[in-house]
Amino acid sequence: MGKTVRIGNGCGFWGDNLDAPVELAAHGGLDYLTLEYLAELTMSILARQRQSSRDPRSGYASDFLDVLERLVPYLREQPPLKIVTNAGGIDPVACAEAARQRLTAASVPERRIGVVTGDDLASRLRELLSAGHPLTNLDTGEPLESVLDRVVSANAYLGAGPIVEALGQGADIVITGRVADASLTVGPAVHEFGWKWDDLDKLAQATVAGHLIECGAQVTGGLWCNWTDTDLSLVGYPVAMMTSRGAFVLSKPPGTGGAVNEETIAEQLLYEVNDPASYLTPDVVADFTSVTLEHAAQDALWVTGARGKPATDSYKVSIAYRDGFTSAGTLTIAGPDAAAKARRCGEILLARLARAGVTPARHRIEALGGGDLLDGVVPAVGDPPEVVMRVAVWDAEKRVVDRFSKEFAPLVTSGPPGVTGYTTGRPPVREVFAYWPSLIDKRAVRPEVHFR
Amino acid sequence: MSATLADIAHGRSGDKGNHANVAVIAYTAAGFDWLRDHLTAERVAAYFAPLGPTRVLRYEAANLRAFNFVLENVLAGGASRSLRTDTQGKTLALALLRMAIDTPPNIHAMRRTPRGAAS
Repeated sequence: MGKTVRIGNGCGFWGDNLDAPVELAAHGGLDYLTLEYLAELTMSILARQRQSSRDPRSGYASDFLDVLERLVPYLREQPPLKIVTNAGGIDPVACAEAARQRLTAASVPERRIGVVTGDDLASRLRELLSAGHPLTNLDTGEPLESVLDRVVSANAYLGAGPIVEALGQGADIVITGRVADASLTVGPAVHEFGWKWDDLDKLAQATVAGHLIECGAQVTGGLWCNWTDTDLSLVGYPVAMMTSRGAFVLSKPPGTGGAVNEETIAEQLLYEVNDPASYLTPDVVADFTSVTLEHAAQDALWVTGARGKPATDSYKVSIAYRDGFTSAGTLTIAGPDAAAKARRCGEILLARLARAGVTPARHRIEALGGGDLLDGVVPAVGDPPEVVMRVAVWDAEKRVVDRFSKEFAPLVTSGPPGVTGYTTGRPPVREVFAYWPSLIDKRAVRPEVHFR
Repeated sequence: MSATLADIAHGRSGDKGNHANVAVIAYTAAGFDWLRDHLTAERVAAYFAPLGPTRVLRYEAANLRAFNFVLENVLAGGASRSLRTDTQGKTLALALLRMAIDTPPNIHAMRRTPRGAAS
């Protein structure tokens, strides 16, 4: 089989299990540990975090530093173990410098930390617009000018190139901002096997590996329709053992819960996918419809056959802009007629607001347990003994949403009988950061690699 | 006796902005053939009509015995703006798998074999 490279992903989003990366480093036999922290809207959350904390250097996924500290014993025991992560968020340099401090304090100062920058376009938007990059909304076709004053973050999804460059310059830890999730895996594979950027089928295979492991336990039993076949309390996180020709074995550490089989892989391969014959990344356009799965061992499958076409000339850009305020609160409503009662309670709440001169621009009332989760696509059967009433509103003005959040408690004494569950206080009011997907010519973006 | 889609298939759903995808994966080749003939984009669009998708596209992945449905503008604004509990369409796949179907005469050849060993 020749040289193999074991790449495991111990984090599928910011908020994922904090023990998983440590377990994977301890039992995964890894060459590379990847940690994926950035969902579509995480960058805007980081922007708000940096703004509200008044700490100009807090724009990254701080969980990573604690994880890194806990990984120190394994970095010592397994010197070749490398880490590739997008924990850098909107400030990968600050993240790398904080990581450096933690490593120095833990007496492992010799690790080289590479930093990838260049994805952050927030400060360049006016320059890019005037240079003829329209950054129109991919979904609606609107011009960016309509929300430009309200933009909080704008990031291109970089590819594996700068990760390969950082590893080539001797990085043991690579910290990026926004890169395509799969590129966290493609980077190490290209570096280790010396693939060229026109080895399209190999890049496609590594992209499949990266796509399968990027959401952590979602490929090892999490979300699996037949989850009762296994014990998810001990779920193991995924490992892709890559070979030089691109074929890989997907597995999880022995002795862990969860499962890796045709079903878990098929479900995750199609997760958040549009056309499976044309999965777009900055590295390659991958065809998932030629992928073949073959038993390798218990909870381990060979994954082969993905085909690649050249990547497009554009990076995807994810922009977030301020868009009003929202809040959602719940109360529990006992039957009889719980669902109808819950919906009426929601109407009473809104009527009282209206009498106080407050009418949110948008609202939604749900009787959860009464079939409202998906607006009756799955209808309720019978009369449930209780349901949860949930009311959510949106308005451009914060004062409107603030007033709304104070209207739940009164229902406990001035509503119908059977209203309970007001235990967590007034629901929080949060600012909305709306999502603006766009594209930009790759030549307008300048990825850079630094060391810290 | 009627069956549901879950008797012959499993699946998963997720979001991309205001759009959602729902993958439906047959347990067997016979089930996949049934899906191809019966689980059309039109039928899926009608099923999810209460959620107001503007268009439903169906993609085939025969290697996985799967059809991937893309439901455009079905998420009432998506993760950031939707007022729904399920802002990201995470439950759409389970909802679709509950669809009642006329029991296919050869449903025995479409059911899952034990321990996910279908092939």
